Amino acid sequence: MMTQEFVQEKIVERFGPETILNAVDFRDQLTLTVPPEKIYEICAFLKESPELQFNLLSFVGGVDRLPLEPRFEIVYQLCSVRHNSRFRIKTQLAEPAEGLPVIDSVVSLWPTADWHERETAEMYGIIFRNHPDPRKLLLPENWKVHPLRKDFPLEGSPEETPDLPS
Amino acid sequence: MGIESHLNNTVHVTNLEWFVNWARKSSMWPLGFGLACCALEMIAAFVSRYDLARFGMEVARPSPRHADLMIVSGTCSKKMLPAVLRIYEQMADPKWVVAMGACACTGGIYKNYSVVQGIDRYLPVDVYIPGCPPRPESLLDGILQLHAKVMKEQSLNNPREFKIKAVRS
Amino acid sequence: MRQELSRESDEKRSEPLELNLGPHHPSTHGVFRAVVELDGEIVTDIVPHLGYLHRGYEKACENKQYHQIIPLTERCDYMGASSNSLVYCMTVEKLLDVEVPERAQVVRVMMAELSRIFSHLFWLGTHGHDVGAMTPLFYMLREREEIMNLFELTAGGRLMPNYLRIGGLIRDLEDGFVDKLRAFTEHFDERVDEYETLLTKNPIYVDRTKGIGVLSLEDALAYGVTGPMLRASGLAWDMRKRQPYSGYENYDFDIPVETGCDIYARYLVRVQEMRESNRILKQTLDRLPDGPIRVSKPGFIFPPQEDIKVKMEALIHHFMLVVEGVKPPVGEVYQVIESPRGELGCYIVSDGTSKPLRLKWRAPAFVNLESLAKMSKGYFFADLIAILSSIDIVLAEVDR
Repeated sequence: MMTQEFVQEKIVERFGPETILNAVDFRDQLTLTVPPEKIYEICAFLKESPELQFNLLSFVGGVDRLPLEPRFEIVYQLCSVRHNSRFRIKTQLAEPAEGLPVIDSVVSLWPTADWHERETAEMYGIIFRNHPDPRKLLLPENWKVHPLRKDFPLEGSPEETPDLPS
Repeated sequence: MGIESHLNNTVHVTNLEWFVNWARKSSMWPLGFGLACCALEMIAAFVSRYDLARFGMEVARPSPRHADLMIVSGTCSKKMLPAVLRIYEQMADPKWVVAMGACACTGGIYKNYSVVQGIDRYLPVDVYIPGCPPRPESLLDGILQLHAKVMKEQSLNNPREFKIKAVRS
Repeated sequence: MRQELSRESDEKRSEPLELNLGPHHPSTHGVFRAVVELDGEIVTDIVPHLGYLHRGYEKACENKQYHQIIPLTERCDYMGASSNSLVYCMTVEKLLDVEVPERAQVVRVMMAELSRIFSHLFWLGTHGHDVGAMTPLFYMLREREEIMNLFELTAGGRLMPNYLRIGGLIRDLEDGFVDKLRAFTEHFDERVDEYETLLTKNPIYVDRTKGIGVLSLEDALAYGVTGPMLRASGLAWDMRKRQPYSGYENYDFDIPVETGCDIYARYLVRVQEMRESNRILKQTLDRLPDGPIRVSKPGFIFPPQEDIKVKMEALIHHFMLVVEGVKPPVGEVYQVIESPRGELGCYIVSDGTSKPLRLKWRAPAFVNLESLAKMSKGYFFADLIAILSSIDIVLAEVDR
C-alpha cells in the first residue's frame, strides 16, 4: 500500500513545493489543497504517473464555505486500484465579481467525472471548462437556482422552485 | 322474499347503482407505477404473502389507459410531478387515487426545495396511507377502505368528475 | 452479428428514430428516463435524463443534526438500507474517533450482509422479470419476506430497519433473533440452488444475457464502475477484502469474480455473492460475543437506555445530545464500504457545529449507471432493458 505522504512528495517533486497551498492530515486522511489553475495537470499526473496510477475517480464534489473566502472548494477523491490506496486533493475557488467561478474539467482523464461535474455545476453554479456535455443533470430544466449553495434556503421559494413549470 | 323467491331464486334483484359500484370495486385495476421506497412495499403486497389478487386487483396495468387506481407510492419530486399529472390525465374515468406513504401524503421527511409537499395539492386523493414506508397490511387496509368508499358512491346520478390543472411540459 | 444486421439494411435505412423511455415505465425500476436513438431495432445512442426522484438529500443532511441523518441515509438506498446507515455511522465515528465495541461490529456485519442478500434477491427477481421470466420474482420475494421478518423482529422496521446508531446499535438483538437467523442461514443455500435451477442453465435466459452488454475492464475503471459489475469484468475489487472495515478481516469468505463482462457474468457474480454472504452470516452467529452494544463516550454517543432512568449524568448527557447534537472536531473524512451495488462512500466536512457543513454521498448506482450508454450501443432495444436491469440501479440513490 502506497502512503499518502509518498504521493505528496511526488507532487512536490514534479510541480514544486509552492503547488501545495495547504496540507491537512485528519484521522489519517491527508487532504492537499492545490491552486485551481493547475488542477488538470496535477490530476493528469496523478492518473498517468506509473508510480501512482490513480485510475479510479471516486467522486468530484463541491463544498460551499460561505462566509469564508475563497468560497468554493472542489474536492477530488481518487483511488488507485493498483496500489490499493486513496487520496484526496481539493482546490479553492473564489466567487468572481460577476458571472460564475470557472475550473477545468477532468472528464478527458476520467469519463466518470462527467455526471459528477454536471451535478456539481448545477448544485453550486460552477462552470467546468471543456466539459463535453454541460447540461443540467438532476434539477428541472427551467430552474435557475443552485440549491447546495449555503445562501439558498432549504425549502426553496415558490418563485424560484415552483412545483409545476409555468 | 319478494320477486326472487317467486322466480325460484334464479335472479337477484338489486338497484343498478349498487351493482355498478360492486363491479367497479371488485375489479379495480391498479396502475403499475412506483415512485420511490414505498413501491417496494407495494410490490410486496402484490405477490405471494399478501396477495392483492384476493380483492380482484392482481393485474397491475403498465398502461394508464387500462388502469382505474393510481397508487402514488412514494416521494413525488417537482421534476416528476408533470409526468404524474400526465399519467393521471391519461387514465380513463372513473379513477381513484391512493396516496401511499408519508411523502405522498404530506412530503414526509423531505420538506425541501425539490419535493412536492403532498400529492393532494394536485390530485384528488381518495385514501391516505401513512407510514414510512407503510406495511403491506396498511396498503391492503387502505384499499379496502377505498372499496367501501366506492360502494357508497352515487355513481349514476353524480358521476365523479375532476379537472386538474392543465400541464405543459 | 448485430452489427452485420445493421449493415445489411443500409440501403433501406432512413432517418434514426428517437424513442422516449420513462420516466414512467415498468422496466426502468422506478423513474429513470432515457431518450434512445434507434436505427431499426438497434440502439445507436442513449441519453439518460435523471432527477425524477431528486429529493434534495444532501441539502437536507446539511440541515439536520448528525444523529437525525440516519433515517435519511436508509431511504437513500432502500434496497440495502443497513449498508447505508453503516457507512454513515462509520464516517461519523471516524470524525469522532471512536471505536465500536465488538458485539456491535458483529451485529453490524450481520445486518449489512442480510441487506446484501435482500438487495440481490430483489435484483434477481426483477431482473428475471425484465428478461421475460415471471417465476423468479415469486421465489425471491419469499426469502425476502423472511429477511424482512428478521429485520422487523429486532429493529421494528421491515424495509428500513433504522437499527444502527453512531457508536453502535440502538438496542441489543431481540430474543430469538439468533435462532431465527440460524434457521434462515441453514436453508438459504438450498434456496439459492433452487434459483439457479430457474435461470443458470435456462437456454432462453442464457441467450438473452450471454455476450450482451459487454463492459471491458478498462472501460469499467474509466467509468468508475464498482461492485458486482466490476467483479463481473474480471477484477477482484471488494472493499471488504481490500480495505476491511467493521471487522471483515476476521471472516473467511471469497470474492466471486467472472471474466465474461456481460449480463450473464453479473448474474453469476451476484448469485455467488449471496452464497458468500450466507457464509459470513453463519460465521457472525458463531462468533457473536457478549458485551456492550454501544461505545461509551459521554457527550458524543447516547448513553444506554437503562442508565437514563437511574443515573443523573446519563440523563443530562442524553438531554444535551438531543437538544444540541453531537459536535465533532473540524475536519473532513471519507469512508467507503462495499454496498450491494459497489463502493458506497460518504464524505463529511465538519465545521465543528452539530450539523455537517457538507455531506457528499458517493452513490454506486449513480456512477454505475453512467456506463449504460457505453454498454448498450449496438445492441437491440430489448437488450437495453436487460442491460439496464443488470446495473442494479436504485433510483433514490441515483438521484438522491
